[in-house]
Formats: sequence, structure tokens, C-alpha cells
Amino acid sequence: MDDKRFRKRTLLLFAYLVFAILPVYWMINMSFKTNEEILAAFSLWPRHFTFDHYKLIFTDESWYSGYINSIEYVAINVVIALAVALPAAYAFSRYSFLGDKHVFFWLLTNRMTPPAVFLLPFFQLYTTLGLMDTHIAVALAHLLFNVPLAVWILEGFMSGIPREIDETAYIDGYSFPRFFLTIFVPLIKAGIGVAAFFCFMFSWVELLMARTLTSVNALPIVAVMTRTVSASGMDWGTLAAAGVLTIVPGAIVIWFVRNYIAKGFAMGRV
Amino acid sequence: MKPVNQKAWLMILPVVVCVAFSAILPLMTVVNYSVQDIISPERRVFVGTEWFKQVMRDDDLHDALVRQIVYSLSVLLVEIPLGIGLALAMPAKGWRASATLVLVAISLLIPWNVVGTIWQIYGRTDIGLLGATLKGLGIAYDYTGNPRDAWLTVLTMDVWHWTPLVALLCYAGLRAIPDAYYQAASIDGASKFAVFRFIQLPKMRGVLMIAVLLRFMDSFMIYTEPFVLTGGGPGNSTTFLSQYLTQKAVGQFDLGPAAAFSLIYFLIILLLCFILYTWMQRVGTVSEGQT
Amino acid sequence: MSRIDLDLAHAYKPDPKTDDDYALLPLKMSFDDGGAYALLGPSGCGKTTLLNIVSGLVRPSQGSVKYDGVDVTARTPQQRNIAQVFQFPVIYDTMTVADNLAFPLRNRGVAPARIKERVGRIAEMLEMSHQLDVRAAGLAADAKQKISLGRGLVREDVSAVLFDEPLTVIDPHLKWQLRRKLKQIHHELRLTLIYVTHDQVEALTFADQVIVMTRGRAVQVGTASELFERPQHTFVGYFIGSPGMNLLALRANGGALEVAGRVVVDAAAAAAVPGATLLGVRPEYVTLAAPGARGAIPVAVLQAQDIGTYWLLSTRAADGTTVRARLHPRQAIPRAGDTAWLQVDGPHTCFYADERLIAAGGQATEGATA
Repeated sequence: MDDKRFRKRTLLLFAYLVFAILPVYWMINMSFKTNEEILAAFSLWPRHFTFDHYKLIFTDESWYSGYINSIEYVAINVVIALAVALPAAYAFSRYSFLGDKHVFFWLLTNRMTPPAVFLLPFFQLYTTLGLMDTHIAVALAHLLFNVPLAVWILEGFMSGIPREIDETAYIDGYSFPRFFLTIFVPLIKAGIGVAAFFCFMFSWVELLMARTLTSVNALPIVAVMTRTVSASGMDWGTLAAAGVLTIVPGAIVIWFVRNYIAKGFAMGRV
Repeated sequence: MKPVNQKAWLMILPVVVCVAFSAILPLMTVVNYSVQDIISPERRVFVGTEWFKQVMRDDDLHDALVRQIVYSLSVLLVEIPLGIGLALAMPAKGWRASATLVLVAISLLIPWNVVGTIWQIYGRTDIGLLGATLKGLGIAYDYTGNPRDAWLTVLTMDVWHWTPLVALLCYAGLRAIPDAYYQAASIDGASKFAVFRFIQLPKMRGVLMIAVLLRFMDSFMIYTEPFVLTGGGPGNSTTFLSQYLTQKAVGQFDLGPAAAFSLIYFLIILLLCFILYTWMQRVGTVSEGQT
Repeated sequence: MSRIDLDLAHAYKPDPKTDDDYALLPLKMSFDDGGAYALLGPSGCGKTTLLNIVSGLVRPSQGSVKYDGVDVTARTPQQRNIAQVFQFPVIYDTMTVADNLAFPLRNRGVAPARIKERVGRIAEMLEMSHQLDVRAAGLAADAKQKISLGRGLVREDVSAVLFDEPLTVIDPHLKWQLRRKLKQIHHELRLTLIYVTHDQVEALTFADQVIVMTRGRAVQVGTASELFERPQHTFVGYFIGSPGMNLLALRANGGALEVAGRVVVDAAAAAAVPGATLLGVRPEYVTLAAPGARGAIPVAVLQAQDIGTYWLLSTRAADGTTVRARLHPRQAIPRAGDTAWLQVDGPHTCFYADERLIAAGGQATEGATA
């Protein structure tokens, strides 16, 4: 009886995985076909395998710069988000102070704000500051939703560490910075991993703000991709190739944090 | 009990500054716009609640709001049970667990416009697998022309895109359940369904609340994916709130009404999420009393 | 209620070669029907593994488990009809106390009237009758453990109740209440109870028979007084008692046995304990002696602590070994820095060769005076 149940579950899982992977496979499939083949014939795998689209992306600056820009501002964003979130999460987890619950909720509300609401104000704000079309602008803009998320996740993990550890460290004569860096941070490694993963994820995939705040120098790949319509029609092949390449950093990140995801959530805000 | 320490404010100051910069400043601008009529950069007239009244009476807005609510509810109705089921089906240990995790999570890491693009291609009857298959089966399918097809495609795309988030959260919740519970249940002679109902589901309450909260918020704010896939069409059958707002603000440059609507939009979400959040906290404190 | 017989070993790997590959070295053990047993030992000694083998949660890599002569090695815990209480309370959060207790019976299709009666009886036994309709999730840890226990007791044909360090999360001042409750239940229901713990006080007060384990091996089975008076293994001597037994190295010197250079057992008596390498004497039985007395050694006093009902003397013998003594308060207690003489050979002294007991109390000291 158990065996039948087991097989039913595996079957369902398999069915879902097919559902999940098929569209991605299709895009990969298309990225290796020539544009003519895409429009003319319909095949499950490329008849005339070609790397042309990928070559174009790696050689054409307007394409590969998109990736570099994206990686740049995402990295800046993750670093800043974690740097400011760590002390804040510690404060929320260990102390109670005037207005703490309200500030915490206010932070979460920022995660709930529709980016569309901020479109125009951001545009004006960053123009005024002279930060338009820079990586730092997008990185700062993304802090809006990433910092609250990072604080939320880290606070959950930190609450799981008994306060006795802090107290023991103080008794042993550790200064706060030393205690934080050498003792505390290693204990919440999983939490930092999960927080970094989510910050990376939400910043990497965001389009609206990234496109609004950039034009040439810091144009991210997501914006570049929305501009592939040319006179000869949609360049499906290159579009598909670009799409495939945007999945690569994500897949790498998830490979590195795969152990933390399961372990990590478990210890966190659950 | 946590010790009181007002100096903790120093530790949260960087966060407050960052978020305030990104949030309060723009918000003030929006408030500013919402109560003025900006005819030209030099001429601004204070109009008070005029825009708000106009926005509230706007039929297009009502339609978009209804559309959005139906959409968000449909999303929750499909993604939550599917996510739970997926989490239950995923292996718990070993290389199979890691491999499944990576495969399941891939759709979460695809930039949202690429998600739109993937489905845009996928659904076309000439070059897409889904479109061509449906056409081959004799089913009339046209997501650009037929509102019902557009709706279903957008919904399926969202399910494809975001169910893994629910699944991953539930998966983590399941992994947190100590073996002893399953052992005790086996000793008590509990059926598989009883184990789900009395052990797994209650223990997943915390993560489920987070999942419901996140999915509701995000689906209410959805912009990129439907925009890329259908552009809001055909007509405005898939124009949800965010796109409606963007059209108003950027497309028509109706800054006043757009700003007014932004605030209303924000407040709606805020209210709903406050309710969900308080509920989550209450459930959280009950479960904190447990081991 | 069943008699349980074990004849097994359990190894981590399929091909065990050395002792280290075994979680449980080959053993043969029996638990009588209706007896209260404790598995006592430090962390990692294999007691929880043994418990899980008895309950069926773990299958031994070799050997068998028999209940009343029937081989149950292949059966699940449910099939063996055992109840197990875990280290932390396992309850069904969404149910009331009554529903929790009724759950095992409901799963077996017992009639509702009978369920109500059983639940009522067990709740009364556990002193939880007034809480039957309270949601189990909101109760304190000790109440939850009682519910866990109750779920095991509510089945009338339960073969044995197994406990895996159940008092770990209970507040100290409530532990004794629960222990007393367990003894009461044992007295009333006469079930076979097996209790795993690393706390000797728990083990010695709860069980009729205690099984002391270390590193995968059961080194002694016996009553509390047997373990105390005649530890079969130096580990038992060290583990039981607070502080544990003093173990002094013996050196042969022309037939006699010396401790720290001083003869404590003369040649005639030493013949009764051939090959003895260690002399074991509990601090309770170490007394002050006159200088030069037979069977006594000189020591340097390090510390004298007034515990209240006795004085704990920590001293160092000439070979560096620490010797502890519990002394009656109504005598002259030496102070730190003094030298003193302690009687180590006496009616309660044990002799060991390679950790195993070869002779105990009185035998080696015939003719000697305290």
C-alpha cells in the first residue's frame, strides 16, 4: 500500500517537473535554431543546430553589457541590503525599544508597495540627484523591497539563536563587533544565505524600476531584451538565447544555496 | 522577554535611512501630485481631493479592481494547494532532494519579462509548443484575440512562475517537523491522511501564512508578466491594477489622477496585508507556545 | 504486557570488523513482564538505539527481538503494540486533551462509549480530568508529556511503554512529580516499562532493575543497591554515585599489593585477588584512619567542603590520584593543606582487573581491621 502511494507521488512530482521544465526547454530549443527555422518549420529539437545567437550576444556590446550591468547592480544591492539589515535584524531580535513593532511593520509595508506607484517619483528623484542611468541608482531603488525582506528573514534566524550565547561572549570579554563577526555571523550562515538568495532573486528579476532608471550606461539585460524588435520582425532566436543566459546566474546561485534552502527556511520565520 | 534598550535605534538607523530614502521621499512626491493639477511646470493649482473623487468614480478603475481581485483569488486558489501537494511530493533527503529543489526553483529565478517572453512564444500557434499542440488537438486557442484564452494563459503563467515559492516554503516547513511526530503517529496507528491533517498541516501553518501573504501581495502588484505576454489585452481584459496605473501615469501623463490612484492602490494593499499580518502574528504566538 | 527477550547486535555498516563499527555489541537481555527497567548511560552509549530496537523503530542488523516468545523483529511499532514517550512532548496541536488521548483508540475503531471511559480513566490517573476539553497546544511541557504518556496508556493491550529521556524538557521542580506519577502508574497497571536516561537519580529511583551501558555494551544489570555495592565494571563504579567510586592503581610488590607505594593488601589476602590492577572504594566507605593503620594510605588534603549532611574531602595520594571521601560531620575534619590517613581497604572495597570485578567486599580483607 505504501508502495502504490509512493509511486503515485513520484508520478505527480514527475508530471509537475515536466510542466515546469517544458517551457524552459522550449526556449533553449529555440535559442539553438536559426530564425528562419523557427518561423518556417516546427520541430522539437533544432534540425540545424547553431550557436549564432549566442555568438551575437557575446560579441555585441549592446547585449553583453546588459548582463554585466545587471550583475553589477544586483551585487551592489545584495551587499548593501545585507550590511544594513544585519544590525537592524539583531536589534529587532534582541531588544525591545520604543516603536519597535511599528517600525518592523512599516518596513514590511515597503515590501507591499506596488513599484508602479514609485515610478514617476523615482524618476524625478534620481534625475534631481544626478544619479540617472547609474548602477547605484538601481541598487538603491531595489533596497526598497529587499531591505525589509532581508531584515524579516534575518530576524527570524537570529531569534533562533539563544541569547545565552551573546551573554557568554560578553562575560568572556568579547567586544560587540568582535562577537558579532566571529561568533554570531557564523551561527546564522544559513540565514544570510537565504536572505542573500532572495535579495539576489528579487533584484535580478525586477524590470520596471530597472528600466525606468537606466537608459544607456547601466541598462540591464532585462531592458535590453524588451527592445529586440527590429525592422525584420522579432529576433526570436537571439531573444531566446538572451533569456537562457539570464537563467544561468540564477541557476548558479541556487546551486550554491541549495542546502540552505531546506535547512534555512526551517530555522527561520517559521 | 527582551530587554529594553533604546540604543538599539542606532542599529536600525541605517535600515530606516535606506528605506525612508526609497520610500518616504517618493511617497511625499506622490502625495504632492495627488492634490495638485499640474498644467505645466510653472502652473500648479491646488485641487484638494478633486483627483481622488474623480478616480473613485472612474469606471475603468472599478473594472480593473474587480479584475485584479478575481485574479488574485484565482491565483491563491490554485497555487496554495498545488504548492502544498508539490512540497509533500518532493523527496526529503539525498541527491534527489537537491536536484528536485534546483529544478523546481528555476522558474523563480527567471527575470519576469523573460517569463512573459517564454510564454509569449510558448503559446503561439505557429512557433510555440503549447500553441501548436492545442491547434493540433483541434482546440481553438488564441491568447492575443480571445479574452478567455488570454486570462487562462496569464493565470497558467503565474502558476508556473510562482507555485515553486509556495512549494519551497511548505517544503521547509515540512523538513522542520521532527521525526518523533511521525514515529508517534505511526505508533498511534494514524492513517496517511490523519498524519497530513493533524501533524503536517498544523505545523506548516506558519509558512503557509507567509506564502499566502506573499502571493497575495505580489499578485496584487503584478505588472511585468502580463504586460509582456498580452500587453493588457485583448482590449483591457488582462489589464490589472498596476498596468492601469502605469498607463495612466506614463501613457497619458495624467499625473494628478495617477498619483491619487497610487495612494488608493497603496492603501488597499496596506489594509489587506495588515489584516493578514495580524492574523499571522496571532497564529505565530499560539504556535510559539508549542515545542 | 509482554516479556521481551533480546538476542542481537547492531552495527552501522553491513560488515562490522572492530568494536567501533557496532552501535550495540552482541547482547542477550530479558525484560520481565510488568517490570520497570532503566537503561542508564552517558550520551552515545547506545541506549536510545536499544530502546528503538525494542520498540521497532530501528531494526537490528543481526539478531532477534521476541515478545512472549514470538519473533517480532520484522514488525512495526504499531504491530508490536508498544507505546513510546519521546524526549520532547509529541502531541497533536489542533486537538483537545481528550481528543489527543482518544486518537489511538479512534484509529482502531473502538466504540465511542468505550473510548470515553478509557480516556476518563487515564485522565484521572494522570490528574488531567479537569483539562480534558482544553486545547493541548496551550499547555505547559509537563502536561504535554503527560498527554504523550496517556496516549500510550490508553490502549488496553499495550505490550510495553518505552521512555526516551522524557523528563529532559521538564522544569526541575516538576520532574519529581512526574517521576512519582510514573511509579504510581507502574504500581497500578503493572505494565512493562523501559526508561532511558543519563541521569542516575532518575534511573535508580524509577527502576527495579537498572541496565548500565557504555559504548554500545551493557556492562551490568542489577538493582540500585547491587550497582552501588558491587559494580561489575569500573565504569559502573565511576558512573553511579556522586561522586563516583575512587579507583586506585595497585602495584604488586613481592606478593602484596601497594597503593602509591604503601602496602594496603598483604600477600595472604592478595592471593584471593590475582591479577588485580585497580582498587575501588566509594567515598561513602572511605574513613579517616590512624596514621600507619593497615589498609590505609597517606594523603594530602586539597579541599574540605561542608555539604551539610556530610563533609566532602578531596585529597591527593602520593602517586597523584585524587581520592575523595564522604565524612560524617561529627568528627574532626582535616583541613586543606593537612596530611591525613584514609582507610581504603575495607568490607566494601572492590578489586578490578582490566575494568572487571574480580572480588568485592570483605573477601580480601579477612583478618584486617578497619
